[in-house]
Amino acid sequence: MLRYLSQIGKYFLMLKEVFNKPTKWSAMKQLIFKEIDDLIIGSLGIVAFISFFVGGVVAIQTALNLTNPLIPKYLIGFATRQSVILEFAPTFISIIMAGKMGSFITSSIGTMRVTEQIDALEVMGINSLNYLVFPKVIALLLYPFVIGLSMFLGILGGWIAGVYGGFASSDEFMTGLQVEFIPFHVIYAFIKTVVFALLLATIPSFHGYYMKGGALEVGKASTTSFVWTSVAIILANYILTQLLLTK
Amino acid sequence: MIEVKDIEKSFGDTKVLKGISTVFDTGKTNLIIGQSGSGKTVLLKSLLGIHTPDKGTISFDGRIYSELTNDEKRDLRTEIGMVFQGSALFDSMTVEENIGFPLKMFTNKNPREIQERVDFVIDRVKLINAHKKKPSEISGGMQKRVAIARAIVNNPKYLFCDEPNSGLDPKTSIVIDNLIHEITEEYNITTVINTHDMNSVMEIGEKIIFLKEGVLAWEGTKREIFKTDNEAIVDFVYSSNLFKKVRKAQNREL
Repeated sequence: MLRYLSQIGKYFLMLKEVFNKPTKWSAMKQLIFKEIDDLIIGSLGIVAFISFFVGGVVAIQTALNLTNPLIPKYLIGFATRQSVILEFAPTFISIIMAGKMGSFITSSIGTMRVTEQIDALEVMGINSLNYLVFPKVIALLLYPFVIGLSMFLGILGGWIAGVYGGFASSDEFMTGLQVEFIPFHVIYAFIKTVVFALLLATIPSFHGYYMKGGALEVGKASTTSFVWTSVAIILANYILTQLLLTK
Repeated sequence: MIEVKDIEKSFGDTKVLKGISTVFDTGKTNLIIGQSGSGKTVLLKSLLGIHTPDKGTISFDGRIYSELTNDEKRDLRTEIGMVFQGSALFDSMTVEENIGFPLKMFTNKNPREIQERVDFVIDRVKLINAHKKKPSEISGGMQKRVAIARAIVNNPKYLFCDEPNSGLDPKTSIVIDNLIHEITEEYNITTVINTHDMNSVMEIGEKIIFLKEGVLAWEGTKREIFKTDNEAIVDFVYSSNLFKKVRKAQNREL
């Protein structure tokens, strides 16, 4: 228990250092664009693919469970919207990103640690935490756009599966999308997304930066980072849901 | 000149450096030698500020490191060049980007001036056809040259090298040793090299300090190393069969 507390303390100290002693802006600008390319643009394909098909599956599953003829068909659109906006896009895409982005961040920083590249930065007088982690944090400010895309494609996938699968008409699906729509649910989803983005940028960086050992340990650190990032996302999801959605 | 006074450093209960005092001279290649675990790397990392000594002081031309403010420490670090054991080149950058990195970070030079300086240094370390290549695309010897080029590109006052010959064949090792030695003399740098390679000692050891179990057991020059009666250094030097034969031959001559 004491070890976990000490790790959490070390994590927060790292966060403080990330915002200390900033790197020269001209260099930082390039680093931010590189991270946007690696982390955001590089994730769009997999996010689009998963969102589209999972949205479709949600619509089909909902339709197949609506066996009572008294239940209106527009519920397919309603259920797809609610599932995708409230949980699937912000939370489950973030857990998938903990695997994709997280392991990339941990292994790239971990390899820099193993090959003394981080020591090289420090010896030159560069705040290595600011140099390595800050651009990732800034790049992930664009993460809500990824999740926005995921929401759109998830619902589009649901619409295509629902309409072209013959489960509901386009009008019924559209009605379902609009019925009892609470705009705050979208705000809630994006608040979660911003918190998850911060966790996605910093927890894998922490595991990469403070790893010790060689190539094998880089692999282990990536796995550990995925586990802890997922745990943090799930816990943050619970806390934020409790705070934002309950009265 | 770097002056080390009574440095002590422990990790847990293990005392790694036990009161080391010495001076690393300007314009000379100063070598730290000793067996694995003797404290060479800890001493080098203490000089670099990566480890903070428990006791004692390190001063760089009169500036005592532990008494400097964070900004002063940062400024001092821009005067330091370091060649790491594994070269520590940035994988994501090309050779010229690696070399130009310190200039980009710490100077106000424009891209053309940076390129000119990079080209000059590349020429100086005799790197051929490597400008646009990534570190993974060049040989170990070339990586060391790139590391040396990066270390000297910002005209450092102090150059540190950690096992610069590790992983290199004997011929390339000599080339790298001589390159470091030439650069040290040419730019009047205080160079400190951490090594256990006796060939390096014989090639470029202008001042040698020998560590044994965290204690400075001997110091002198490459000429003095074969004349000394100090048991610790004799035992270290003549642990190699080649040097045992040299010693036998010397004894026969005597």
